[in-house]
Amino acid sequence: MDRRQILVAVIGLALFALVPPLAGIFDQPFYVDMFARIMIFAIAAVSLDLILGYGGMVSFGHAAYIGVGAYAVGILSYYGIDNGFVQFPVAIAAAALIALVFGLMSLRTTGVYFIMITLAFAQMLYFLGISLEEFGGDDGMPAYRSEFAGLIDLTDADQFYYLVFAFLVAALVVTHRLIHSRFGAVVRGAKANERRMQAMGFPTYRYKLAAFTIAGTMCGIAGALFANWNEFVSPDAMHWTRSGEIMIMVIMGGMGTLIGPVLGATGLLLLEEYLPEWMEALIAGTGEHWMVVMGPILIAIVLFGRGGIYALFARRGGDDG
Amino acid sequence: MDPLLLLEQAFNGLQFGVMLFLIAAGLTLVFGIMDLVNLAHGSLVMIGAYLATTFIGWTDSFILGLLLAIPAMFLVGVVVEVIVLRTLYLRNHLDQVLATFGLILFFNEIIRIIWGPISLYSGLPDYLSGHVEIIPGAPYPVFRLLIIAVGLLVALAIYLIVARTRLGMLIRAGASNNEMVGALGIDIKLLFTLVFALGAVFAGLAGMMLGPLTSVEPGMGEPLLILAFVVIIIGGIGSIRGAFVAAIVVGMVDTVGRVFLPVVLRAFVSDAAADTAGPALASMLIYILMAAILVVRPRGLFPARTG
Repeated sequence: MDRRQILVAVIGLALFALVPPLAGIFDQPFYVDMFARIMIFAIAAVSLDLILGYGGMVSFGHAAYIGVGAYAVGILSYYGIDNGFVQFPVAIAAAALIALVFGLMSLRTTGVYFIMITLAFAQMLYFLGISLEEFGGDDGMPAYRSEFAGLIDLTDADQFYYLVFAFLVAALVVTHRLIHSRFGAVVRGAKANERRMQAMGFPTYRYKLAAFTIAGTMCGIAGALFANWNEFVSPDAMHWTRSGEIMIMVIMGGMGTLIGPVLGATGLLLLEEYLPEWMEALIAGTGEHWMVVMGPILIAIVLFGRGGIYALFARRGGDDG
Repeated sequence: MDPLLLLEQAFNGLQFGVMLFLIAAGLTLVFGIMDLVNLAHGSLVMIGAYLATTFIGWTDSFILGLLLAIPAMFLVGVVVEVIVLRTLYLRNHLDQVLATFGLILFFNEIIRIIWGPISLYSGLPDYLSGHVEIIPGAPYPVFRLLIIAVGLLVALAIYLIVARTRLGMLIRAGASNNEMVGALGIDIKLLFTLVFALGAVFAGLAGMMLGPLTSVEPGMGEPLLILAFVVIIIGGIGSIRGAFVAAIVVGMVDTVGRVFLPVVLRAFVSDAAADTAGPALASMLIYILMAAILVVRPRGLFPARTG
């Protein structure tokens, strides 16, 4: 990381840290809520970038772990266990276990098989969620905000915001340390040339599986936070379009960069929030059809947006953590 | 267990299977030849259903409506290929997935703008809405039989096209080395457009058949698309034969599993537990099947291409 990239990361995170006081000054509490959601998805996008950007594993089922984390909180809450010190470890363990099992099988395949099998596994959990009548089935169920023995009060918007912020910073630090470790070098090496890494004696399958599991676990935390933010859990959290959205965040922000996914999550979710308003302002009555503009925007980002938003700030995109 | 019920469900499974084959056939051809992952293939199913419903409304004839919708689907296929997909062939799979994901959003919204957000229902003419007793004591809907017949006919037609015609020869050659085909003076661009449009017709046909069975609504093709992915993973990407076998297997396992898994479970656990776990397990069955097959054969049952 050169100084310029550190600068982008620090300024970006500082801006996030300033949202609650600014929202307080301008009396716009809505923004605290909105940016908390953005940061939750930023955690998911950072975790996906670990395997997608650095590991070259195109996982199209990342929303599954959001679902697992969210349902862990929701189901415990359903049985009256609202203690966050129980809920979060359970969510993390559940996401880790599911990611390990899915990874064990998915990573036997490569290329387009891998894309499709991860999508199919996520879809399997989605349908499992729908068939769980006890937990609301299709409609989902309400979830109360986690309690942390009086230490943090999640019903307070600012305190919730800074908890999410802390998790985001932790996710970035962990990812940064991982990528620059020996482990990260092997994973990145496997992306560049897997056969060469194997010839050098590295069991790449195990390294990739470890990275896949870590990414799923991190995303599970995003899921637990999402259940708290939404105060609701439903199969929608792991709808396959959600997996697509997380992928687009990574691409839009800058794949294979540390802070890129955070920028991408911010960009995409702000666009989804304001595009309808802009269209409505331009031509009345078109706002509800914002997807018809969103689709081509996404195609354009994929076709022409090399390096993503991050490339606008830093000299080059990709692989420089 | 009632053998007549089992037979009826086997027919339903077969009908679902041929439907999946119609969708998977185009998907696997496009992947095998152009090396393109097209998520928007499910949108073609949706467009087919909307076009057929509309044309049936205009002409007031089920047959005429379908006959109009089929060339219209071919046209849709050509337009989509020429405008968007053509630029994606040389991109990596990640770019293809995301760009065609954007295409899905676009198509769903366009449909909503043209036809409105409310589901359409396309009725069936009298001669198709009855039942026949192929086996005494088990009446079966005529329309579902028709779907099975159409599906099997299309499967036969695809087999004949691929194995016996000049176009099929080019398709097979393109699947193994499309640069060489181009170098030999074949208009590879035209071949690609033709193959994609053909796939669009099959997907559209699936949508047309699906219309009278379910409601016609935006996004209706997407759950089927993911099942079609499961089919081509099991069958082996690029293999028509694999797609056919896998489609029938997936259709059967899914349909029969949903009906009989709760019954079978009751023999082992309490009724209440079976009623809860049965549907949950049944909805996961084909994915478990897929995982099991991939453990044994990571490239599917009939791997068609290497690399």
